Amino acid sequence: MRIIPFLISTVATVGLVYLLNTPLPVGNTKTPRLGYFLSPQQGFWQNAEASNTSFSGEVKLKGLKGKVDVFVDERLVPHIYAQTDLDAYYVQGYIHAKFRLWQMEFQTYVAAGRLSEIAGPDKLPIDQFFRRLGMVYGAEQTMQRMEKDHEMQATVDAYAEGVNAYIKSLKPEEIPFEYKLMDYKPEAWTPLKTYLFLMYMSYDLTGSGAKQDLKMSNAKNYLGYEDFNKLFPNVQDSLDPIIPKGTVYAKPSIVPVAPLGIDSAYLNKTSNSNSAESPLTPNRNNGSNNWAVAGSKTVSGRPILCNDPHLGLNLPSLWYEIQINTPTHNTYGASFPGSPAVIIGFNDSIAWGVTNAGRDVLDYYEMKFKDTTMQEYWYNGEWKKAELRMETIKVKGKPDVNEYIAITEIGPVMYDHHYKSDSAHPKNLAVRWTANKAGTGVKTFYKLNRAKNLEDYKVAISDYTCPGQNFAFASKSGHIAIKQQGNFVARWNRQGDFIMPGIDSTYQWQGMIPESENPMIADPARGWVSSANQKSTDSTYPYYLGIGHNFPLYRGIMINRRLATMNDITPVDMQYLQNENFDVFAEMARPVLLKNIDDSKLSTVEKKYVDILREWNFRNEITAEGATIFNAVWDSLEKVVWKDDFTNAKSPMPWPDASTLLENLLKNNNYQYADNKNTPNKIETMQDDVMEAVHKASVYLAQLEKDRKLDWGRVKDTKVTHLSQVPALSRLHIPIGGGRNCVNATTTSHGPSWRMIVHMTDETEAYGVYPGGQSGNPGSKFYDNFIDSWAAGKYYKLLILSKDNAAKNEKMKWHISFTNG
Amino acid sequence: MKFITAIFLTAFLAFAIGLFTSLPWWSFVFTSFLVAMGVHQKAGFAFLSGFFGLFILWVILAILKDMPNEHLLSMKVARILPLGGSYWALILIAGLIGGLVSGLAATAGCTARKK
Repeated sequence: MRIIPFLISTVATVGLVYLLNTPLPVGNTKTPRLGYFLSPQQGFWQNAEASNTSFSGEVKLKGLKGKVDVFVDERLVPHIYAQTDLDAYYVQGYIHAKFRLWQMEFQTYVAAGRLSEIAGPDKLPIDQFFRRLGMVYGAEQTMQRMEKDHEMQATVDAYAEGVNAYIKSLKPEEIPFEYKLMDYKPEAWTPLKTYLFLMYMSYDLTGSGAKQDLKMSNAKNYLGYEDFNKLFPNVQDSLDPIIPKGTVYAKPSIVPVAPLGIDSAYLNKTSNSNSAESPLTPNRNNGSNNWAVAGSKTVSGRPILCNDPHLGLNLPSLWYEIQINTPTHNTYGASFPGSPAVIIGFNDSIAWGVTNAGRDVLDYYEMKFKDTTMQEYWYNGEWKKAELRMETIKVKGKPDVNEYIAITEIGPVMYDHHYKSDSAHPKNLAVRWTANKAGTGVKTFYKLNRAKNLEDYKVAISDYTCPGQNFAFASKSGHIAIKQQGNFVARWNRQGDFIMPGIDSTYQWQGMIPESENPMIADPARGWVSSANQKSTDSTYPYYLGIGHNFPLYRGIMINRRLATMNDITPVDMQYLQNENFDVFAEMARPVLLKNIDDSKLSTVEKKYVDILREWNFRNEITAEGATIFNAVWDSLEKVVWKDDFTNAKSPMPWPDASTLLENLLKNNNYQYADNKNTPNKIETMQDDVMEAVHKASVYLAQLEKDRKLDWGRVKDTKVTHLSQVPALSRLHIPIGGGRNCVNATTTSHGPSWRMIVHMTDETEAYGVYPGGQSGNPGSKFYDNFIDSWAAGKYYKLLILSKDNAAKNEKMKWHISFTNG
Repeated sequence: MKFITAIFLTAFLAFAIGLFTSLPWWSFVFTSFLVAMGVHQKAGFAFLSGFFGLFILWVILAILKDMPNEHLLSMKVARILPLGGSYWALILIAGLIGGLVSGLAATAGCTARKK
């Protein structure tokens, strides 16, 4: 033995293996363990799916009662044929996991405040935020309630067993790509994870108040209530509500009464500002369109139902297409990987679709605690004991972090001296939120999957709590309907728009609106129902719907305008409508802009842009330069009008909505806020402001033009981003038009996440598409193969087949046979 | 001839132990070590045969996964790492990594032998 060379080479081997087996820091990220990651027998190469892969096979599973056949079509959509419902959900869990395991688990890590466990200390603020909001607590509450419902418990359990059966079958080298990249392993699935995922959806769709109520409080403190009320009004002149104007509402069973002394104790009370920011805010554009037209307006004489939920655009997609066929039901649609059943879809009798209600179900109360131990708080004239909940957050590569959350009668204390409160003026803000109370989980969708008629639909959604949705409905028997359903607070005007005093029950919720008083219409005379996140009713509805800021106006106007004039409708007409790029906001705003532009004071370049704007057809097409110019001028105008009014704002607060500015410009020639407060010697008019906006916008536009980016599609630059934000796993620069105020509500990273059209003919004719693919594997050709069709406004025909027809349909490429064994 | 035999044995045994995917990815250090102990060569040749045994194995295995995949995943990974999206660079780096570890292990195996 040559001792010295032996030692040197041994140490070198061990050292190199160690180095290659350790994540190495590069910039602010870390590499995977390179030796492992690049090893062909274990690393990422194993996830490189052959383009001619067969998905057929025979799977033996212990938990199955009978035989289950899954036909997988050419788009990788599974069609599950089972003899019992529980077998179907068991296999749905298995299939979800087979194609989307990493995503399913990742989403529940986010919801549970466990992101730092896999992604390191950078994500700690997100975890703390979610823990304090009561995400885990809420999921536990719903699970406990649903465990008393035998049918739902069995469903969620069967699904979890299916997921776990797949996880157990995985060989180490077969785990999804992202686990290898981020260096961790799948853990067992639990029913709680399904509820955590649904909590995440509740947050995404009702959680904006977690930040907004603080910012609105800041704005109210800064402006004073009187000005605030002008700049953030609840009246929207151009509103075209979901329930047609003029509908008569029954007398309310609850008449919420504003407390005495509200002016000094609430509306005009100024307190120190709230610097707290939430690290992960739901996108303001989270919304959707849905509508159903009656047979009286269609060529076939049968209803057509359409839905496109607008959410953050991600890969793997939030949605997963599936057909579930059992003796009790035959249902097709978009499911959530992480949850059993179909969420948006249709069966052999009915179709349904959802949009977000946008109602405010999250409020803050300022609490008074005896001391910083937070054991006792002052409530209704006495010291009450708070429950102290400790949650431990594991942090990758760092010691655990303990999060202490005081739970009061009102809810968990979100902000206190432990978390993000201004240390000089510590505020204790408890959050009351319907989502972290026990809900009904996936039950409503479970029932909708089986609904046969209007009555079943009403029953299915009647106990739905959160996130509040507008459920559109159509049936083969010819009915259409829409109902805004959720657990909504009966509020007095402005209740909960700002932080409320929490020292007693004066400002508490006085009741929840009975489900029977939620806005609903069925088979209206006009022949259609629709919703696009606007306010559900006009001001004659006896309950306060919430701050106008929560309700976008313009998509709803466009949809109703088009549906009013359309007749002899076909599914193809509906495809065009879902892809409509007409911008109603621009149509209303351009005349006001042009009226205030004095061409003689423009430079040649500015004149050129204004001319393009003047000629523009209000369509946000990919190549439309007019859309770019309009948006640039409008954005500049908002800056010119508002910047001076918010000069001294030190804390985060929003500027007024575009609709507020526009509606005032339409009403007033002399809008008081047009004046620039910073020029005391001059009173600016709206004309001055618009001209300045044109000057400013032109500088920006000239730069865009120089870079050859004046086309709207290039400016908007739509992308679908991988959940880990890694650009190489994302699809960038997608050519698609649209915009936030168009029916095709596609913005940079947000838009129609599933487009569905269902024609209720005897043999259901349905179309759908989503910006993703059925496989969650970045190494599969099915990872993002729908994106180009989606961008082009094309649809796939959705196959809802009986088992016999599926077996002989040429589009069914593969067959997976599941048996007990 | 010994050289070729050593390369072949290194590759074959590394492949075989690699089939046990619950073992760590670097388990081939033991087989490469043993091959170099068994096949008598000078240290330099032992290193080279250890190196090429794994280099060739990993490059071939990577290509066998990459070709049917039409480079879909390797091009993405070659942008993450970052290698400008070149799958060839990625395949070569994988080969180099396997080769270096194996070569060093073979050198250790060679020098562990009694003279």
